[in-house]
Amino acid sequence: MESARTHVGWRRTAWFIACLYTIIALGPFAWSIYTSLKPTSEVFHSWVPLSHLTLQNYSSILQNFPFGRWLLNSILVAFIVTVGNLIVNTLAGYAFARLRFPLRGILFYVFLAIMMIPGQVLLVPIYILLAHWGWIDTYQGLTVPFLMSPFMIFLSRQFFLGIPKDLEEAARIDGLSEWGIFFRIALPLSRPLLAAQTIFTFQGNWNSFLWPVLLATSPDMYTLPVGLNSFYGQYNAYWNSVMAGVILLTLPIVLVFLIFQRQFVQGIATTGLKG
Amino acid sequence: MSSASARTYWRRNAVEQALHGYLFLLPALTELAVFLIGPILYAFYISFFRFSFLDPQNAQFVGLRNYVHLFQDPEFLRALWNVTLYSIGVVPTQTAIALWLALLVHHIRGKSFFRVAYYIPTITSTVAVSVIFVFLFQPDGLVNHLLRPFGVPAINYFNSPMFALPAMMVMAVWSTVGQFMVIYLAGLQDIPPEIYEAAAIDGARGWTMLRHITIPLLRRTTFLVVVMSLIGTFQVFDQMYVISGGTGGPLDSTLSVVLDIFNKGFKSMQMGYASAMAFVLFAIILVLTLIQHAVLGRETD
Repeated sequence: MESARTHVGWRRTAWFIACLYTIIALGPFAWSIYTSLKPTSEVFHSWVPLSHLTLQNYSSILQNFPFGRWLLNSILVAFIVTVGNLIVNTLAGYAFARLRFPLRGILFYVFLAIMMIPGQVLLVPIYILLAHWGWIDTYQGLTVPFLMSPFMIFLSRQFFLGIPKDLEEAARIDGLSEWGIFFRIALPLSRPLLAAQTIFTFQGNWNSFLWPVLLATSPDMYTLPVGLNSFYGQYNAYWNSVMAGVILLTLPIVLVFLIFQRQFVQGIATTGLKG
Repeated sequence: MSSASARTYWRRNAVEQALHGYLFLLPALTELAVFLIGPILYAFYISFFRFSFLDPQNAQFVGLRNYVHLFQDPEFLRALWNVTLYSIGVVPTQTAIALWLALLVHHIRGKSFFRVAYYIPTITSTVAVSVIFVFLFQPDGLVNHLLRPFGVPAINYFNSPMFALPAMMVMAVWSTVGQFMVIYLAGLQDIPPEIYEAAAIDGARGWTMLRHITIPLLRRTTFLVVVMSLIGTFQVFDQMYVISGGTGGPLDSTLSVVLDIFNKGFKSMQMGYASAMAFVLFAIILVLTLIQHAVLGRETD
C-alpha cells in the first residue's frame, strides 16, 4: 500500500516535469508565433493585447519580399530530390538484396565506405564541377548532385532482405521479367520503406542550408532557409516580419511531421538517424 | 521441363538477373561516380596544390605544405578548439538530458504526446532555430527578462566573445535532444520486463535499479547517441553562419571548422587549402566512426 502510494506520487511528479519540459520545447515557437503577429508599431513591446494581433506581416513578406518564390523553390527542390532518391535508392537496394551479378559484394562495400565520408569534403570539388557545367544558381545544380544516398541504399537493402523471397521466386518461374517482379511483387510490399525514405529525405532537404547557400547565388534561386537568412541579415530590427518568415519555414515541415509522426519516430528508433 | 531445358532456363535467368542488376544500379552508380568518388579524388588531388577557382591555370604544386600550414594557422586552430569546446559542452549534456527525458516519459500517460512535443525542435530548420535563439537571447529578449528577477544583468549573448559559443551550445542541446530521446525510448523498449521483475524481487528500487540495471543495459544506445552527437558537433555550420553573419565572430569565438572551410574556399578562394582542411576534418570524423564500429561490433558479437 505504502509503496503503491509513492508510485502514484512519483508518476504524478514525472508527469508534472514532463509538462514543464513541454513548455521549454514548444515555448520558443509560441513566442515566435506571437511575435510574428505583432503590428510593426508595437514590435518593441513585449506584451501586445491579443486584439491588436494581425496576420499582416505574413502578407507583407509574401508580397513585398520574394518569400513566395523561396517557398516555391524549396517545395520544388525538395520534391525533385525526394522523388529522385526514392527511385535511385530503392532500385539499388533491391538489386543488392535480390539480384545476383558479378562484383555485387565489392560494389556494396564501396557504397558502405562512402557513407563514412563527411559531405564537407565535397564542397570544393562539386562547386568546381557545377561551375564548369554552368550549373551554379540553377535548379539542376540544387537537385541533380543529391539524388542518391548510400545510407538509404543500405536501409533499402536491409528492408528487402527482410521480406520473404518465395513470391518472387514463384513469379520468376512463372516467367515474369525482373522489372515485373520488382514493380508488381516487391514494390507493393515496401510501403514502410518508401514512407521512411520520403520523410527523411524531404525533411533533410527542406532544412538543408550549407549546399543551397553555396549553390544558389541570386535571390530568385534561394530556398527558404537561404532566403530567411538573407532577410534576417537585412531586416533584423523587424522581428515581427522575421518571425513570420521563421514560421513560414517551420510550419510546413511540422505539419508533415504531425501527419507522418508514427513513421518518423519508428524510423529514428530503428535507424538512429536524423534526416 | 526436361533437364536440358531447365539448365538453359537457369542460365538465361542468371544472365538476365545480372543485366537487370546493373540496370537497377545504374542511376546509383552514376551518382556515386560523378558526385561522390570523382569529387573526392579531385579534392584530394587539389589539396596538394595552391589552387584558386578563379585562376586554375596557375595552380601550383605545394606537396604537403597545405597540411603543414594548417597546424600553424591560428584561425584553423581556433576553429578546431571551438568545435572541441562545443562538443565538450554539448555531447554530455545532451546525452544526459535525452536519457532523463526518455526515463521521465517512458511510463507515464501521454507518452506519445510528449514524444511528439519534444521532437518538434529537432525537425525544425537550424536557420529558423538560430533566428529564434537570437531573438530570445538579445539584450531585451525573453531570456534576459526571465533572468532579471534573479539579479542576472542583461547580457548581449551573441555579441559577446565569452557568451556566444555557450549560447549556441544551449541551442544545440535544446534543438537536438528530442532526437536522442527517441533513440533512448527505443532502447528502453528493448529491455525485457522480466529483468526488472527479477531485480525487484532482489530488492532493487528506484535509483539502484536505474544505476545497476537500466543504464548498463542501455550501453549500446548510449554509445550510438554519443558518437552521433560527436560527429554532428564536429560538423556544425548552419548556426555559426546565420548568427555571426558568416564571419564566425565575435572575434572568431564562433568560428567552426566547416565555416572556416567555407570561408577559405569560397571567400578567399584558397580551394586547395580548404580541401586540405576538409580532409583533416574527415580524418577526425573517421577516427570517431571507427571507434564506434569497433566498440559496437565487439558488443554485438
